[in-house]
Amino acid sequence: MTTTTARRLSRRTVPALPEPRGPLSAAVMGLLRGERDVDVPSPAASEPYGDDLQLALYVLYELHYQGFDGVPDEREWDSGLLAVRGALEDRFLGALRADVPVGAGDSAWAALDELQVEPVDGTGSVSHFLRDEGTVAQLREYAALRSLYHLKEADPHAWVIPRLYGRAKAAMVAVEFDEFGGGRADEIHAQLFADLMTDLGLETAYGHYLDAAPAEMLATVNLMSLFGLHRALRAALVGHFASVEVTSSPGSRRLAEALRRVGAGAAAVRFYAEHVEADAVHEQVVRHDVIGGLLEEEPALEADVVFGIRATGHLEDRLADRLLAAWRDGRSALRSPERAGTAA
Amino acid sequence: MLVEGPVEVVGEDGEVTVCDRFSVAVCTCRRSKIFPWCDTSHRKRAKRTTKDEDGTA
Repeated sequence: MTTTTARRLSRRTVPALPEPRGPLSAAVMGLLRGERDVDVPSPAASEPYGDDLQLALYVLYELHYQGFDGVPDEREWDSGLLAVRGALEDRFLGALRADVPVGAGDSAWAALDELQVEPVDGTGSVSHFLRDEGTVAQLREYAALRSLYHLKEADPHAWVIPRLYGRAKAAMVAVEFDEFGGGRADEIHAQLFADLMTDLGLETAYGHYLDAAPAEMLATVNLMSLFGLHRALRAALVGHFASVEVTSSPGSRRLAEALRRVGAGAAAVRFYAEHVEADAVHEQVVRHDVIGGLLEEEPALEADVVFGIRATGHLEDRLADRLLAAWRDGRSALRSPERAGTAA
Repeated sequence: MLVEGPVEVVGEDGEVTVCDRFSVAVCTCRRSKIFPWCDTSHRKRAKRTTKDEDGTA
């Protein structure tokens, strides 16, 4: 059981730059270390969902959150780095637009309704797998990977607030307030996740598991940063957020059941139990007031709401395939499994 | 059913349950495992071609 005094704030630490995974990420890391004459290869030759491009993009986005040890904070707005980031984003977004087609008349409400139907059998779903047969080791791997998002939970979505107004803004802020603990620091969802990691014997320092995370995990976080940082993609951000909130409650219930079954501590169960209750509320507020309010004011953005919903599903499916293929094979889903063995 | 928070629910046995969230989803179908709050157990279940997502926000 975690006590308040035992808590270390994961964001108090600034992570080291990760290991490069190819020429693009090596060049970006060189630029961040202040090397001169770095030749950044064209991302056109790089697989858009691959390790090299996704890590390069992830590292550049991190400058807007927590940064890296040895990289001056001011480089967040370095025009050369922003130009590289733009080229990587074009490649990533181009692949998503091609893989996730949206028709002119596609309805955001229909896309959300489809997510609301619970499958009778959970084949292909990580939360069903973990509930039914997940081991402690697999639950630890899952938490280590998801920590890339949950240790900054709801931060990428806060960027959309200045781009919304009226009903959509009030509702988005209300949900974010809940995500950030409703005014109580020890209830911030990122803190609840750090408590879960402590219960599972994982390292809670921010960025610790970046090297262990495969491209499929990086892509799901990069999607939020991409949508959050671009005003032009504000409707896609809202669609993404809605799709996560709609699917979160039943998925969280299964993960809470998985953690109870393996005898995880109270803090570990608490994170997902809180999300069962909170996201049953958030889902409705995001549907009716954030999406409803946005589309009332800007109906032309409906296709982008649908794009955000479907792009989220596309990348979450890729991640699920990766995790389940490894686990069903008796393998680790991490790139460097020994990192998950590091206790907090 | 969404109700503006904070909410106090008094059960048939007189037990009081409190939630101070800004908005509270109260279960009206009695299927919730966290009754009196909603856990989305009211949802339809069906065979679906698309996969289930696993993200949490």
